[in-house]
Formats: sequence, C-alpha cells, structure tokens
Amino acid sequence: MIGVELPAVGLAGTTEPAGRRPRGLLAAGGVIAGLIVLTALLAPLFAPFPTDAGTATHPFAVLRPPSAHHWLGTDAVGRDVLSRVLYGARVSPLIAFYVLVIACLIGIPLGVAAGYFGGWLDEVIMRITDIFLAFPALLLALALAALLPASLTSVTIAIAVTWWPWYTRLIRGQAASVAGRPFIEGCRALGIPAWRILLRHVLPNSLTPLIVQVSLDVGGVILTASALSFLGLGAQDPTPDWGLMVAQGQNYFTTAWWVVTFPGLAIMMTAFGFNLLGDGLRDVLDPRKVFVR
Amino acid sequence: MSLPLLEVSDLAVRFGPVRAVDGLSLRLPAGPFGLALVGESGSGKTTTGRAVLRLIRPAGGAVRFDGADVMRLRGGALRAFRRAAQIVFQDPDGSLDPRMRIGNAVAEPLLAHRLAPRALARERAAELLGEVGLEPALAGRYPHQLSGGQRQRVAIARALSVEPRLLVLDEPTSALDVRAQARILELVGRLRKERRLAYLLITHNFGIVSELCEQTAVLYLGRVVESGPTGELLGRPAHPYTVALRSAVPEIDPQQRRSRVILHGEPPDATNPPPGCVFHPRCPLAIERCRVEVPVLRQVGGPVGPAGSAGAAESAGLADRLVACHRAEEVLAS
Amino acid sequence: MSLDIGPLRVRFGDRPGVVNIENLTIADGEIVGLAGESGSGKSMTTLAVLGLARTVGATVEGSIRLNGRELVGLPERDMRQVRGRRIAAIFQSPAMAFNPVFRVGSVASRALRLHGLTGTEAADRMAIGMRQMLLSADLLRRYPGQLSGGQLQRVAIALAIALRAQVLLADEPTSALDVTVQAEVLDLLRGLRATEGMSVLFISHDLAVVAELCDRVAVMRAGVIVEQGEAAQVLAAPTDPYTSDLLAAVPALPPALPGLPPALPGLPPAPPGGLQ
Repeated sequence: MIGVELPAVGLAGTTEPAGRRPRGLLAAGGVIAGLIVLTALLAPLFAPFPTDAGTATHPFAVLRPPSAHHWLGTDAVGRDVLSRVLYGARVSPLIAFYVLVIACLIGIPLGVAAGYFGGWLDEVIMRITDIFLAFPALLLALALAALLPASLTSVTIAIAVTWWPWYTRLIRGQAASVAGRPFIEGCRALGIPAWRILLRHVLPNSLTPLIVQVSLDVGGVILTASALSFLGLGAQDPTPDWGLMVAQGQNYFTTAWWVVTFPGLAIMMTAFGFNLLGDGLRDVLDPRKVFVR
Repeated sequence: MSLPLLEVSDLAVRFGPVRAVDGLSLRLPAGPFGLALVGESGSGKTTTGRAVLRLIRPAGGAVRFDGADVMRLRGGALRAFRRAAQIVFQDPDGSLDPRMRIGNAVAEPLLAHRLAPRALARERAAELLGEVGLEPALAGRYPHQLSGGQRQRVAIARALSVEPRLLVLDEPTSALDVRAQARILELVGRLRKERRLAYLLITHNFGIVSELCEQTAVLYLGRVVESGPTGELLGRPAHPYTVALRSAVPEIDPQQRRSRVILHGEPPDATNPPPGCVFHPRCPLAIERCRVEVPVLRQVGGPVGPAGSAGAAESAGLADRLVACHRAEEVLAS
Repeated sequence: MSLDIGPLRVRFGDRPGVVNIENLTIADGEIVGLAGESGSGKSMTTLAVLGLARTVGATVEGSIRLNGRELVGLPERDMRQVRGRRIAAIFQSPAMAFNPVFRVGSVASRALRLHGLTGTEAADRMAIGMRQMLLSADLLRRYPGQLSGGQLQRVAIALAIALRAQVLLADEPTSALDVTVQAEVLDLLRGLRATEGMSVLFISHDLAVVAELCDRVAVMRAGVIVEQGEAAQVLAAPTDPYTSDLLAAVPALPPALPGLPPALPGLPPAPPGGLQ
C-alpha cells in the first residue's frame, strides 16, 4: 500500500452507536461510585460495631480471623475490620472530594484566564504553575504534611497544593484551543463581552477533559492520602482511614492478612469505580456522540 | 459625494515577517451593495475581512466605518459598531459552538447586547431562523445535527440578529456542495434586497460574484491588482492575473471554454515578496520594467497618473476601473 | 486495461446500502467522472475499489473486476499487490497522503520498493514522474509541511506514474486547491492519458471540473448512479432530473474571453514552475 492514509470520510455509521458502550462504562462506574457514597452515608446503619470505628478497643478479641461474628475479622486492638472499613468510606473519599474541589477552584479560573487571554497573563500564570509542577508531588505533599500538624486537614491541604497545577495546565490547553476556534472570533465580532464568552463558550467547551481527569484522580488522591497516612503524616488513630489501617496492619500481614487486605481492597475498588465513571463520562459528555443516526 | 459606509485606506497587516496585507484600499457604499474580494490563498482577502471588523490589529492604514476610525472606537461606539458590522465565516463546522443549541446561539447576541429580554429573544431567534430558510423547529438542535448548508444559515441568522448594515462573508460557500451553495447565494441575494445590506464577499471563486456583487476587487499578495464593476472586470479584464484567474474557472459549456492561461510557478513568498510587480515571476507578459518598478493602482485607459484623471478613461467607459499593471492597456485591447 | 465496477453494494451493518451501483466501467485510456454531492457514496466507492471499505466497518458485496480479475473478496495479501501498482489513488487532502515526519521522497521510495523496485529504480522512476508533473526532483527531499497543497498533489500523481499504475482513482483531488493551481493539476492529469496511458476515475462534486476533464461522466445520488454517458451529452442534455438540478445550481459566469495576446514583446514567460 502506498504511503496513503485513509481520507477522513465523514460517513454516517462509522462511529459506533453511542448508546451502548459508553453507557456501560458509565453505569458500572456509577454503580460502584454510588455504592461508595452510599456506604459513607449509611455506615452507621450497617456497621455491626460502630464504636469500633471510634475509640473502642477489645483487648480480648485481638486479631481474630473472619468469622460469622466478625465478617472481616478484627485488627490489632480487637476492632471489627468491617465496621472500620465501612466508616472509612467517610474519610478517604471525603479527602479526595475536598482536594479536588480546591484544585478545581484554583485551577479552572487560572487555566481559563491563561488560555483565553494569552500574553503576559498566560506567561505569569504558567510560570507559577511550572514552579509547583517542578516538585515531585509526593515529596511536596510530604514536606507540607510534615510541617503541618499531622491531621486530615493537613493532608488535604498538602495534596491540594500539589494537585491544582495539573488542572491549570489542562484547562489552559483546552481553553487556548477553544479560544482559537472561529466561533469564538464570531462571538467577539458580535460584541459579546469577554466574561460572557468565557463563561458560556470557553468554559463549557474546556471542561470535558477536566471532568474525566477529576474522576480518574479520585483514585489517585485516595492513594496519595493513604500513602501519607501510611507514613504517619495524616490521619491518626483511631480515625478509620483506609491508608492508616493498611499501615497499622502491615506488621501482621503474614499472620493476619485480613487487617491489611480489606482496607486495601476498599481503596482499590474506589479508585477503580471512579476510573470507570471517568471513562464513561468522557464518552457520554461529547454531544457529538450523543446523537448518532 | 455621500460618505461611503466602509472605507479602507492603505491597509497593512503583518504577522511577524509576513506581509499579509500590504497597502490595500477599498470603498463600500451603503447597501444594497456588494463588493467582491477575489483572490487565492495568500492574497490577504480573509485577513482584510477580519481587519475591517477589527478582529485583527493592522500595522498601518485606516479603516473607517461611517466616517469613524474603527480602530479607535471605545465603549458605546464600539458596541454600536459591533452591531453594525458582522461576519460569517467559511467553515460552517467551526463557526458555531458545538455545545450550544442553535436557537440559543441565534438568541445570544440579542441577550448580550440587551436588545431583548429572554422570552422575546427566543421568539426573535425563531423568526430569524425562518428568515434564513430554516424551520424554527430546528432551534432545539445541536450544530452537528445539521448539514453544512444549514449550519451556514444558522451562522447567517446569528449575524443578522443584531441588524447589521455591513456583512462580511468569508468564503461562505467554499465548504458546501453545489446545491447548498446555490441556496446560500440565493439567501444572500434575498437578504440584500430585504434588508438593504452592504456586504463584502470574500471568495476565490469568480463564479459566485457576478450575481451578487456590483464591484469586484482582485487581490494578489496583499494588494489590489485590479478593481471595477464586476461585469466589466470579468468580461474585459485589464490585469494578466485576472485573466489567468478567470480563465482557470472550469466551464461546463464547451462553447464557453477558451484558451486557458496556465500560471506556473508557486504563489510568492509573503515574507520576501519579489521586487517590482509582485506578480512578475508568474506573469506571462512580464517585461523588464515589471521586474524593477512597482505598478501603481491607477485608472485604466487614462494617462498613467494618479486616479482621478478622467477624460480618455471616461470616454472609453472605463471610469472606476483601477488596475496595477504596466501593460494593462495592452491586456484590455486584446 | 479495464476496470468494471458493478453490480456493487456497500453497506454498514443492516442499514440500507450506501453504494448500490449497477455498472460503471473505466476503459483503457479513459477519464471517467463520478459526480455527486457529499454523502452520495462516491468516496465509499473509491474505498471499495481499493479494498479498504472493511477498515471503516463496511461490507462489500458484488463485483469489481480489474482486467477480468475479481477484486471483491481478494485476500489482503493479494490486494496489497494491486493497490498502488495497478490502482493508484490520490485524495482531497494531499497532506494526508504523506506522513509528516518523513521526507516525501522517502515515502515515495518506500512505496516503490514495496512493489519490488530497487532503490535506484525507484529514484529514476520518481524523477521521471516529477518531471512529468513539472516539478524539480529536488523537492523530493522536502518534508510535506514544506510543500504547498498543489505541489503535494503533484508528487502524489508523480508517484502513481512511477508505480506505472493502470488506473488512477482521484477523489476530489483539486477541491482543496486554489483555482489556478487546480487548472494546472487538471492540465497535468489530462496529459497522463497521452504519456502514460493511465486511465482516471475522477470523483468530484464540481460538475464544471468534471465537464472539462472527463470523457464520460456518471452522476451519483444516494449511492445509485442516476445517469451515465458521454460527458458532453449528459451535461448538455441531462435525462435525469437530479442531474438537471445539479447543473442548474452551478453559478453562471459572464462569457469567457479569448485569453492573453499571443505574442508580445518582453521576457519569455516564466519557465514552468519548479524547474528554476
């Protein structure tokens, strides 16, 4: 075959009927993510030993394997793993939520401004962003978390600080690309004020990759928070943070695998579920794919 | 003489080292009137259209709308200008926000300029859609659900919403099939009559200008090489490039086909234009003088001097025919 | 040489066919035009002939015979021998034919070598092709981004010449080009018949271009050929209302003029482009 590539023939029917595949992903992801949220909300209802998620300890029930009484076993101080895992759904995902909201609140306006206006504003914003990006995220988070008193708030702030630059850069790229499209020029020609162009045209057309990225990042933030907790910089005992639980249980891994495994699985499921959600959202959000004859 | 609606004087636009527009002047009276800017890639026609609407900052020259310097407008006067002069782009794909339903897209300028409250704007949008030949029921659709021709109509409706007096049409039909093209041209003709529009039709296709434009200006490398009444210019061109351009248009009717002037060589480099007449490297009639002396845009037929010297030109019915070529008279005579 | 298309049906899944051709033949040395609007199925026809319809998810049923040999259903290995060597193709976007990270000469050379030529033979043949297209062989050392649309299209045609293809499928090759460049390319395409004996299937929505270039024309609508015959005949006296419709839509120009004065004192005209 000659070095001839296929022409971009716009043919009806060359894209898969959008109805099916993306909805599948979205549904699966949505279900899992929904479950996590439900768990967080309803933990008090379902947890057999709610106090175990708090300050209760049971020195006589230490490291019991999974049984009818304790479905997921007990940990090093005798607390019910199931209850702690369920309550953990309130902790890690919540951190992720706060981190991502903060990162978006900072990243979106900066990114849109940099992308649309360009020029010196773009330069200034991007150089500041570059500085933050130059630090390896985990190290920066570590450093910050170490400086601040160990707590969930510190972890949240530390991670948010390292997260916003990525979003700025992402949005800026999108915004710049959108700003170059003829319809934006048309808006300017129509005398539509800049704020309106940004809000109703640039922003909606720049958000899709961000929405997808945010869903994918839920897992990432949880993992980072867990790592920090694992290192002792975040949640403190008795908070039922999954990362902390993994940290606390690592010494018993060979003898009491359930202490580490179930919180670990919870982290994995959450990350996975939100990943699927992100993938599903990406396809569904493209108006082009919404309507295929 | 009444004030022209649009007057461009010696416009110069540069993109870095590229001189996209280099000393271009034109005049457009109030509507109904059509001026065609014809040229190929690199001629500067699209850039001129954008500069006229203040979408690009020129490096030199002036654009006057209703007598006022467009580049100096501010505040209320600028907003008024934005309503009075509009543009429709070539690419029906990129000219509409893919995420906005077309009804909202047409209503948006009304809302942005506070010309109508929300409910009324929606009604007005439906009317406009009807005016451009689209069913108002389509208002709920997204751009990708419409054909190219329909999208182009939406773009026109959006431009019309602010009641402009000048419309710049940048290759409005290049991306369309022949029937969709015919319908758009018909629409423009109708709007011209009904709204007394003045428009600048930018195109590389001579075929579409004769019905719609009284005057035509032929552009090459950022300058006007010939201009005049459309029928005259097409029937009896005075510049070799116009001849070549005209002869390059394919004809269905074999009777109409004549010998074709094939231009060889590549379009010139805008960062480094040839000396003398910029067309001379490709011109079949180039002589020594063309290599050395830049031809001035002048009235054809009269003595070589600044435009305005009537007499011989007028009697030959050539007043208003401007050309930038040393051998224009010979071209005309053939 | 003859390329016989039809009866041919191309469809996507269970949906009604996008192409439904009874019969379309390109004989030796003919230039046949396939005219129609977008969505008429003309591009799909090209893909079907090249055996590429599968790659966009379409099913091809029926017959396409090149010199009597059936192409539909031919295994990919054999089809690869046909593509380029026997049936060459150029498309609307010349830039898409060339990988931007390679020099155009390398792409051409690779294609030629894939069809069994040695490096030297490839270079020689390309040089001939380029000369036919009035381009300097030096241009082969450039990257696609350094050549204009018209030049790229001519390089693609030069490659078809070098391959000694019997048929050239040209899918809207001049639609993206300036009108004077288009005139030059059309002129060169016309010459192909005389010098190379190459037949051309010229696909376009522009009836005027088809009228000027083609011996015969087939008008396509919604996958079906509604009218077919001698170009002059069909376009002067169409029998199908769709054809009349299309013709009526072509904008009219005031009558053409004789052309430039033949002999005038002055410099000889600039030499055919690219050779300086």
